[in-house]
Amino acid sequence: MDFATSSPPERTAGPTTSVKIVVAGGFGVGKTTFVGAVSEINPLTTEAVMTAASDGIDDLSKVPDKTTTTVAMDFGRVSLDRELILYLFGTPGQNRFWFMWDDLTRGAIGAVVLVDTRRLADCFSAIDYFEDAGLPYIVALNCFDGTLSHAVDDVREALSIPSDVPIVTCDARSRESTKLTLIRLVEHAMSRFAAMR
Amino acid sequence: MTGGRTRARYQLAIEALVSTTPRGRNGGFGLMPEHQRICDLCVEVKSLAEIAALMRMPLGVARVMVGDMAEAGLIAVHQSNTTEGKPDLALLERVLIGLRNL
Repeated sequence: MDFATSSPPERTAGPTTSVKIVVAGGFGVGKTTFVGAVSEINPLTTEAVMTAASDGIDDLSKVPDKTTTTVAMDFGRVSLDRELILYLFGTPGQNRFWFMWDDLTRGAIGAVVLVDTRRLADCFSAIDYFEDAGLPYIVALNCFDGTLSHAVDDVREALSIPSDVPIVTCDARSRESTKLTLIRLVEHAMSRFAAMR
Repeated sequence: MTGGRTRARYQLAIEALVSTTPRGRNGGFGLMPEHQRICDLCVEVKSLAEIAALMRMPLGVARVMVGDMAEAGLIAVHQSNTTEGKPDLALLERVLIGLRNL
């Protein structure tokens, strides 16, 4: 026979499956750099408009229309095989936009919490969020200049990170380094998955 | 653009993939300009997040539009294989292999 005996139920061109990983951390820690290092497209920015009650969310006095504010997040794309695309979403700079985080983390493989060791406290809220949400995460110490001001063990203690959560070092500018960080996260998510069975 | 609705009938994931159907490709003159642009954009598969970013519209607006267009048969939405809302082990393995091969 010249033709295939089975054909897909629906003719589709290209990828049909997508997954996502969240890249979190404090403002200016290098999330967009991390996403851009491994993404096949220049990171894009998508926005969500918040119109709900906003007390304590942000300083809206600087916004002309006080009932709305816009939250932006950067993301990138990595084609993993002919049918599978991985999206990397950087969390909005302001950690308090939780409504956005729920959308981001729903169905995610897990999260990389990027940490600047000079500003450890900036990642507290992200770690708390992922612990509460039960989302697999790893902590990646971004080495801006190749040196670390804290040893990994010190960081674990300072941030009270559970012993089963991996802490790695990475260079957010390096494709190879970000790739290895993502691999470590997926391995961690798989071991968590296996442990829950 | 969204008929005053801000909530999609079903919650599309931000990474959900969208592709234009043959019907969407042959949409012709009857389509709203935004729908036409989304049909053009998704001839090559795009995620909801990419549609929002490239159309320069808030995520919520894009979500409603994509939901409407899927219902009208102009686009197909591909949601991922998940177990209780999480990627299953087989999918994680594929991701791992894909990352190692990068």
